[in-house]
Amino acid sequence: MNSTEAKPRTLAEKARTLAEKVWDDHVVVKGENGEPDLIYIDLHLVHEVTSPQAFDGLRVNDRPLRRLDLTIATEDHNTPTLNIDRVIADPTSRLQIDTLRRNAEEFGVRIHSLGDKEQGIVHVVGPQLGLTMPGITVVCGDSHTSTHGAFGSMAFGIGTSEVEHVMATQTLPLKPFKTMAINVEGTLRPGVTAKDIILAVIAKIGTGGGQGYVLEYRGSAIRSLSMDGRMTICNMSIEAGARAGMVAPDQTTFDYVEGRDHAPTGQDWEDAVAYWKTLPTDEGAVFDAEIFIDADELEPFVTWGTNPGQGVSLSEAVPGPDDFDDPHEKVAAQRALEYMDLEAGTPMKDIRVDAVFMGSCTNSRIEDLRAFASIIQGQKKADGVRVMVVPGSARVRLEAEAEGLDQVIKDFGAEWRFAGCSMCLGMNPDQLAPGERCASTSNRNFEGRQGKGGRTHLVSPLVAAATAIRGTLSSPWDLSIDTAFAPAGQQRNQEVQA
Amino acid sequence: MQKFSSVTGVGVPFRRSNVDTDQIIPAVFLKRVTKTGFDDALFHGWRQDPEFILNQPAYQGARILVAGPDFGTGSSREHAVWALRDFGFDVVLSPRFADIFRGNSGKQGLLAGQVPEADIERIWAELEAEPGREMTVDLETQTVSVGALSIGFDIDAYTRWRLLEGLDDIALTLRNEQAISEFESRRERWRPRTLPVRQSAGAE
Repeated sequence: MNSTEAKPRTLAEKARTLAEKVWDDHVVVKGENGEPDLIYIDLHLVHEVTSPQAFDGLRVNDRPLRRLDLTIATEDHNTPTLNIDRVIADPTSRLQIDTLRRNAEEFGVRIHSLGDKEQGIVHVVGPQLGLTMPGITVVCGDSHTSTHGAFGSMAFGIGTSEVEHVMATQTLPLKPFKTMAINVEGTLRPGVTAKDIILAVIAKIGTGGGQGYVLEYRGSAIRSLSMDGRMTICNMSIEAGARAGMVAPDQTTFDYVEGRDHAPTGQDWEDAVAYWKTLPTDEGAVFDAEIFIDADELEPFVTWGTNPGQGVSLSEAVPGPDDFDDPHEKVAAQRALEYMDLEAGTPMKDIRVDAVFMGSCTNSRIEDLRAFASIIQGQKKADGVRVMVVPGSARVRLEAEAEGLDQVIKDFGAEWRFAGCSMCLGMNPDQLAPGERCASTSNRNFEGRQGKGGRTHLVSPLVAAATAIRGTLSSPWDLSIDTAFAPAGQQRNQEVQA
Repeated sequence: MQKFSSVTGVGVPFRRSNVDTDQIIPAVFLKRVTKTGFDDALFHGWRQDPEFILNQPAYQGARILVAGPDFGTGSSREHAVWALRDFGFDVVLSPRFADIFRGNSGKQGLLAGQVPEADIERIWAELEAEPGREMTVDLETQTVSVGALSIGFDIDAYTRWRLLEGLDDIALTLRNEQAISEFESRRERWRPRTLPVRQSAGAE
């Protein structure tokens, strides 16, 4: 698993995977003698945190930004989620946002600033504008760029040097990846969602299991997911160590893209769909690795530790160091228990939280908010638990308000905020206090991620909602209310079976 | 970028696995808009503990970090590499690196060398036997030497070549400017365009 060398590949005739097809169609120069391929980038998403030094590099070397028409910027990591009409209080956050605005103006980059309808988390904005589509390459200076792979695009996070590289050349020198099939067959039970699938995948293969691979999520359980659900899954591919995750495009994908602001129209649409239909992995194509997950068996899944691979089913207990054979995992478990202030053997459901965070590029789309609202409707949040709901984009916020979800959320006793990354990483004022414990729909439970000394349990929107009601880690299965909830990330026709 | 050949300096036996980039540099330090001056931010949370290894006098001025598996996981922040470099590290050794971290390292002249886990243990034992001991990492020969130990490390041939030559990636790519233009002339019309801005009437 160490090597990043992929098997040799010929362009013609060979049965190919989805990832190989998209790769092959973007090779500008084929690398010889172990050199990387030069890959063309169709879409470059930019935000304020990883771009200032890249713009600076262009300026210093007197290079233009090559393709303004393939570049778009938004403000998300630092933006406040309250009082967005006021000057940003934190001077360093303000400086970073002002720097992006100045750079966008100087270089001519399209930008969606705080207060704009299209402002929001970069990985929510791309798809909602119809810029993210099958068969393209997408990069952004953010590891959760893997989200866009849900459309059957090749999408991955890059560092700031690479951001500058793409700005200057619209290409990246890249070594071919290996491919791994993640087969998820069966039917999810009501209350089990896309988030539970991906948390179970990461627990199974570990935080390094995907290194060097592009993951392709396949199988009946994936096919039945909506685009929002597929995005949740691809989003966390990076948490398994993979730079990219993909789902083959199908009618669900086409229906999502069609009619959006930047979706192709007319003959272009016909040409696009005809090409997109050729992308799914060929019969007989070989993956470098393959794993299997039984969707029927999955339960709501939560993390107990300080990396996203440290997770268990909610019905289980906190594991201890003795539960692991690998010496590194043993030590990591010991450290995690200390940091999380947990004792091995404690039932997960006995863990009391101080806060619930509903948001992040993993789970802040309209279906996520609908799922959350369906559980809390008519309920009151548990005493002493702070509940914050942060939509992924200004447009998602407007959509939710048009459906009345904001009122459901406020009546429940939760805070309804403006769009941004917010407490997923606490670059803005939304942070946990030291020692606070949070059930969070975000993607990383690293030490201090949500605020210094904060303790994070990663959960689905449905688990977040049930936990907010009971005050302890819970799923809808633990509620006495009618189970007619909307399974997040599943298609509407599946909701009726709940 | 400076040419990289060989480094001799204090090695740090960093007995931790899964060192994510949030630990290497917490998000609060990502608000800066410069590319240097991140030395104070490196491992900021852990450095509050006086017992933390980099706070110990023996490891002042260290240049080589010898870490457990899965180093640099999580966020793509290149600031993690800048912080290691600004603190004085030229080399990180680990049995496994996260892909993005490894890529970022190569572009900033930080050598990310892959060493099998059993060999990492042997290096740790040597370094711990005499805290503050110097070691050498030679990129030409791809060897790590400490005391009587001499161990090979892995790095992909292309990154090695770029480090040895001190080459800038963008300048290398721009040699292919004609191929890029030709590729662009073949791109299909349906592919996304951010400009001109197209707007729907309102939120759905």
